Amino acid sequence: MITVTDLRKVYRQGDREVVALDGVSLQVPKGSIHGIVGHSGAGKSTLVRCLTLLDAPTSGSVSINGAELSSAHDADLRAARRRIGMIFQHANLMDSRTALANVAHPLEIVRSPKRQARAKAAELLKLVGLEGFENAYPAQLSGGQKQRVGIARALASDPDVLLCDEPTSALDPKTTDEILVLIKDLTRRLQLTVLVITHEMHVIKRICDSVSLLEGGKIVEHGPLRTVAADLGSKLSRTLLPLPAAEPLGSGVVLEVLFSGDTASAPVLSAAARKFDLDLNVLAGSVESLDNAQFGHLRIQLPEGADAGPVVGYLRDQGVSVSFAGSEAA
Amino acid sequence: MNLIEELTTNPGITDALPEAIVETLLMVSVSGLFTLLIGLPLGIFLYTSAPGGLRPMRITNHIVSDVIVNITRSIPFAILMISLIPLARVITGSSIGPLAACVSLTIGTVPFFARLVETALRDVSSGKIDAALVLGSTRMQIVSKVLVPEALPGLVAALTTTLVTLVGYSAMAGLTGGGGLGQLAYNYGFQRFDTTVMLVTIVLMVILVQAIQWIGDGMSRRVDHRSAGGAGRKARRHEPKAAVGL
Repeated sequence: MITVTDLRKVYRQGDREVVALDGVSLQVPKGSIHGIVGHSGAGKSTLVRCLTLLDAPTSGSVSINGAELSSAHDADLRAARRRIGMIFQHANLMDSRTALANVAHPLEIVRSPKRQARAKAAELLKLVGLEGFENAYPAQLSGGQKQRVGIARALASDPDVLLCDEPTSALDPKTTDEILVLIKDLTRRLQLTVLVITHEMHVIKRICDSVSLLEGGKIVEHGPLRTVAADLGSKLSRTLLPLPAAEPLGSGVVLEVLFSGDTASAPVLSAAARKFDLDLNVLAGSVESLDNAQFGHLRIQLPEGADAGPVVGYLRDQGVSVSFAGSEAA
Repeated sequence: MNLIEELTTNPGITDALPEAIVETLLMVSVSGLFTLLIGLPLGIFLYTSAPGGLRPMRITNHIVSDVIVNITRSIPFAILMISLIPLARVITGSSIGPLAACVSLTIGTVPFFARLVETALRDVSSGKIDAALVLGSTRMQIVSKVLVPEALPGLVAALTTTLVTLVGYSAMAGLTGGGGLGQLAYNYGFQRFDTTVMLVTIVLMVILVQAIQWIGDGMSRRVDHRSAGGAGRKARRHEPKAAVGL
């Protein structure tokens, strides 16, 4: 369980103060994967550095399983850091060490017996699917393989928490999916608590149970993936179920509708078309399966002169979120 | 005049040369060893105590850094050598001979080597250090398990450059009674106009420098695992910019 309370980080640049984190609070329950998304400059990197105390936060606290990190020093801090496994964008492996020695690195630090450390490292390499690569140097591995070694290294100290900083941002789409499947699988098997920081919505869609949107150093939206996706008009819903820009045809009323869960599989739209005897025009659409639930986000246009009121009322009765395009969700 | 005969009968070559070679090798290896023992920790200190380093010490870093810059940049080695003769006498009990020369050679090259070490350490990416910190490493573990192993190819190259510099410095030490090939070339080649000795000395110096460079490059490649081709297969040189002011 990760608990972050009112984390603030203010940098000084000459006379200017730059607020990188402005009161970030979040909680990740044990066994779940939480994603933090944000554009560059939103404070993602600062958040990662503050969570591991690589940078000291200005105020606020970070605790892992009830153990406070932000007030720990030296030996306590090092012990607390060992409870965190961290995966980096560029893996950050030691070039002078073989894959096996890289995975054994955290065990050397706590002075585990050498034979035991090697055996455990070999086992972890097997776990991440790199059996037979024990003696390869990082330069001889592909990006995905390096990241797998990085994951094995992060798990070597039997951490409770896995912190992933842009884990797939340097990888191609296929490798990205392989790594995401691996992370999800390990989370379930080892009952890890995982925090993924990324700018890729794809990562959130694939593995996260819940998500926070970081903007200007603040968490502006957060919640379980299904809840935020079903909230028509929210920024997260818009990025999870994006609609391309499309010009309306003629002057008919344009609506945005969002189906979630059961309504996504029922033929509500064609039922409405039959009921009101209208030709509905789909301008744009996005359909996704998120956290094992179906979601559909459509932009539809009614014929010119048609009265939108009853249609909207009907759709809402069927459990579909509706908003008039260009306006906030009514 | 027969060259072979000249080489086998000239007392400058038959009597003085073997001793001079031993003296030069002694000066280079002894002062090289001490330069490594003092310069490596000093270079690590310069790196870790710099602002933003593992343990920033602004003022101490500034002072050490300044002293080093002042010794390397502003005092020509010839002057430094003469001024250190009293110190050499205190340490080695003599003001002449190769061992006495080692004192000034070491003091003259330590700052140079420390700077090269610092530069090599700066090449280690901060991501690796962050990764090691998050693993719970102590500062000593960062130095011993990350900084030095990761910078090893650069450190070997730095030592190579330093040893080559020491060959040059040791020749100069010969002029103030340090012995070695420098003194031989001065005594025979300059004072007695013995061109043969002079040429032989030059050839030997070139061979010595070549050998050091060749062995150093080989070792640097052997410990370099940064390229996919595997260690030693791909020709790469890690030659830090030498700022030798003779």
